[in-house]
Amino acid sequence: MNATAPDMAPQTTGSLLEVEHLTMRFGGLVAIDDVAFVAREREITGIIGPNGAGKTTLFNCITGFYKPTVGRLTLYSAGRPAFLLEQMAGYVIGQKARVARTFQNIRLFAGMSVLENLMVAQHNKLMLASGYTVLGLFGLPNYRRAEKAALEKAVYWLERVGLTDYADLSAGNLPYGAQRRLEISRAMCTDPVLLCLDEPAAGLNPRESAELNQLLMSIRDEFGIGLLLIEHDMSVVMGISDHIVVLDYGKKISDGTPAEVQRDPAVIRAYLGEEEKE
Amino acid sequence: MEYFTQQLINGLTLGSIYGLIAIGYTMVYGIIGMINFAHGDVYMIGAFQSMMVFLICAALGLSWVPLQLALMLVVAVMFTAAYGWAVERVAYRPLRGSTRLAPLISAIGMSVVLSNFVQLAQGPRPKPIPPVIRGGFEIMESEGGFIVQLGYLQIVIFLLTIVLMAIFAYLIAKTPLGRSQRACEQDMKMASLLGVNVDRTISQTFVMGAALAAVAGMMVTLYWGVNDFAMGFIAGIKAFTAAVLGGIGSLPGAMLGGILIGIIEAMWSAYFSTEYKDVAAFGILVLVLIFRPTGLLGRPEIEKV
Amino acid sequence: MATMTIPAVKAAPTPMTVALKEAGMTAFVVFMLSFLMIGFESQATQGQPLGYVTRFGATAWGILLVPLGRIALVLDRYGQSMPSLIGGGLAFLYLAGGAVIALAFDVLVIPFNDYFGAAAGASGIPMPFADPIVDAIFGLGALYIVAMAIQTRRRAAHGELTLEERETKEERSSIRAKRLSLVLGPTLLVVAFVLPLTPLADRSLIGTLTLILTYVMLGWGLNIVVGLAGLLDLGYVAFYAVGAYTYAKLSLDLHLSFWASLPLAGMFAAFFGVMLGFPVLRLRGDYLAIVTLGFGEMVRIILINWQSFTGGPAGIGGIEKITFFGVPFERNPAEGTQSFHTLFGLEFSVMHRIVFLYYLILVLALVTNLFTIRLRRLPIGRAWEALREDETACRALGINPRNTKLTAFAMGAMFAGFAGSFFAVKQFFISPESFTFIESAVILAIVVLGGMGSQVGVALAAILLIGLPEVMRELSLYRMLAFGAVMILIMLWRPKGLLAHREPTILLHRGNGKPKKMGARA
Repeated sequence: MNATAPDMAPQTTGSLLEVEHLTMRFGGLVAIDDVAFVAREREITGIIGPNGAGKTTLFNCITGFYKPTVGRLTLYSAGRPAFLLEQMAGYVIGQKARVARTFQNIRLFAGMSVLENLMVAQHNKLMLASGYTVLGLFGLPNYRRAEKAALEKAVYWLERVGLTDYADLSAGNLPYGAQRRLEISRAMCTDPVLLCLDEPAAGLNPRESAELNQLLMSIRDEFGIGLLLIEHDMSVVMGISDHIVVLDYGKKISDGTPAEVQRDPAVIRAYLGEEEKE
Repeated sequence: MEYFTQQLINGLTLGSIYGLIAIGYTMVYGIIGMINFAHGDVYMIGAFQSMMVFLICAALGLSWVPLQLALMLVVAVMFTAAYGWAVERVAYRPLRGSTRLAPLISAIGMSVVLSNFVQLAQGPRPKPIPPVIRGGFEIMESEGGFIVQLGYLQIVIFLLTIVLMAIFAYLIAKTPLGRSQRACEQDMKMASLLGVNVDRTISQTFVMGAALAAVAGMMVTLYWGVNDFAMGFIAGIKAFTAAVLGGIGSLPGAMLGGILIGIIEAMWSAYFSTEYKDVAAFGILVLVLIFRPTGLLGRPEIEKV
Repeated sequence: MATMTIPAVKAAPTPMTVALKEAGMTAFVVFMLSFLMIGFESQATQGQPLGYVTRFGATAWGILLVPLGRIALVLDRYGQSMPSLIGGGLAFLYLAGGAVIALAFDVLVIPFNDYFGAAAGASGIPMPFADPIVDAIFGLGALYIVAMAIQTRRRAAHGELTLEERETKEERSSIRAKRLSLVLGPTLLVVAFVLPLTPLADRSLIGTLTLILTYVMLGWGLNIVVGLAGLLDLGYVAFYAVGAYTYAKLSLDLHLSFWASLPLAGMFAAFFGVMLGFPVLRLRGDYLAIVTLGFGEMVRIILINWQSFTGGPAGIGGIEKITFFGVPFERNPAEGTQSFHTLFGLEFSVMHRIVFLYYLILVLALVTNLFTIRLRRLPIGRAWEALREDETACRALGINPRNTKLTAFAMGAMFAGFAGSFFAVKQFFISPESFTFIESAVILAIVVLGGMGSQVGVALAAILLIGLPEVMRELSLYRMLAFGAVMILIMLWRPKGLLAHREPTILLHRGNGKPKKMGARA
């Protein structure tokens, strides 16, 4: 069940993120224990598991908020060298490796407007265009062009998630569902190759949840990027995931297509509890 | 060697005083996550009030030293505790749940108000009082005739510090008061749902911190013999440094940090320069925060994302 | 866990019992606070050990008056506002009126003391406190009670506000703040430009205005660090000091002119900011505050003790004065050189230099302002604000938090450096005394009280905090006390600052101004 040894890690076609021997300890607590899986391009990889299974910790390792105790996280993307995420500082993963994420308890720039949230997401590109502020101070045409392009991209995403009308309002004042959509579009504004979504459907009503599914699938199909999805709502996960990884107590207990995972006795045990004795 | 021992004794004395102030910072920070900016001034007020008790004793002709000390201690603690309560009530409670900066600014305002209030009410000039406890043991003597002294006053300070630490450790660990305090530290909302009176617990924390600051103020009045209205600022910062050094939120840490700062300051003054002794304290603060932000006895914080 | 007990149903206490109970507690607290600190004043008479005099009268009045006010407030809370109105009103009239008369007597009689032989403050009206200002403070307290009562009556007439109404009220106050800024900003600007040209402008007025503008500039500089980037800097005055000493040393040792030194001082202060910021900027919130405070104090202590370089506590004097871009303001220019008045064919006047300095700081402050406004609309400015809102989210978006913070720190330090050079050239004497912690606190207070991030708010707060005390020289002893009290009161009254309003840096729906109402969709 565990991964192949790192030295013979195959670069399977289309594999985007390879997680090998990932272990994360906090003092004596082992939050993730030797987990390995592969997430592919143009696929939605669902990560499920009971509470405390280590899903968010896994995300924090991938996006550089935690430094894994052991393990290798390799990001492959077309036309670029592979990135070893475990060796990169937090913000560099977003900047260079272009892994974007959303948070379980939405983290927007609440005091800033919706549009500004999307502009901030394009910071690195704009910084470069503004000559690290020096040129931008004088409003050179090069920077103005870049800003216009950034604005267009932001407007595009506002349209996509239906927030155009709210563009100038404070992000913190949006209704909950809209905040979720804004956070996803903000992550998309960074042009990611891998988008990590931490329970995006939490707190949404069924209609919003269905819309979210549509959005995620269209992101996968149109942009050809990979999605990692932590979700509790089984209908969401089973409905849209191409591939599912199941964690329990920090260990991977199953890995496969939704249908395979659903049949796996280990998964049933984890979710429904032990039935047989001894 | 003799000189070193003497400095060590002096440093320990100074450190006990810093440690007692530091406990106030550490408790308040632990419970509301904010620096009580006015704490240094509460300490200053403690010093003034104990001085006042001493003066009243002198005027009434009470010259038996233990009685003087006991009165200074009890009265200063009681009256200074009221200031601790008032600081919380005015500068912190109305702003609970507000922005992070608002209580900080109001606390700085409180600090300005307190020190200027004392300047107005008691005059701007330093207030000298004669030494209350004189003499001490001569522990050792070097060939050059340098005598290492352990003053009776220093002994009183050590004993008092140890007794207070013991009382506090008991209060926090064993009493309902300490329990509700620890509960609020962990999760204020949950504690209030379980019936802990959060407002009262926070008030009590400020009161306890102020009481210890008053003891420190009394000690410093006896030790240096001079009080002035601006003395709270530097002492406050040093005590906060001590709290951070020991690991903010940890009571033994605060005491340890205080003693370390006291010893470092004494050594620095003795072997390098008195002028830069405050720089040494700040330098340590910066170094600690850079290399071990959780302090010596603090628990590492795991970032929740 | 203790079992839940259902409290026995008791008869609701009458408002008066509640009021009396609270008044009793208040009296106790006032007693505790005032007995030792106000009731006794330690005094050292010549050659005697420290003794004290008593002031039990003042303490007793306090213990009497404050609980009375408390009773009025409690009754008011129960809707009985009459006692507040009448009692508070009478108390206000008596206390404030008596104080004003007493103060007027002081002002009018003191100059003629020799003629009348009258003691100061002898207005003949019996007042509770020896000092009319204390009477006045109690009078203000009474006024507060009256104001609360009026509010209660008004609310009783209109009914309680619902949550929704309260929300729209908040919205309205934000819109009001916006409108006020729009009006106030240009007005202040015009006044600032025109005032020195009017006959009103004497030396002391220009001096006060120059002082205010210095703080406006410092406030705007610190606003980048605190207001935009959300970094709590309590040692800002260190950079101000660095700028001042840089100019002093450059002018004295290298004979550089002010105009050559100004950019150097700014750059040096910015460099200093980076050096200090580098190790500490990853600390969060309050830790950063205390470390910057420590740095500020360290700089001051070094300035005091590094005698050979900084002149120690005595400071540096004889700093090169300001020139009109190279042309000095001298009564008697050296042979063969021009002076400002000979250049323009004017009569010599000291005011030339003073007014020129005023316009200089005005321009410097405006540059700071324009720069900040421009930066806000650039990616770096947006990143600062994003960092203030949520650092974790910033990291997830690939923004380098440390560099972003460093630029904010450096930028703020640079403007403090400029302001410091200006201070040195204006005073031609600097000493560590000008760079104490309280200066940092004042600047921070200006930023926070103004409404974080609001440029007009900062200007307004600087006028209030710097200008008013300057005007109210009468209060001299009470100035800092009032300053601290104002800090507390504004925070209690408006935790978000005077003009709390944030305008987005980029708008999609320009023109139609009002964004669509929430809930139209979704």
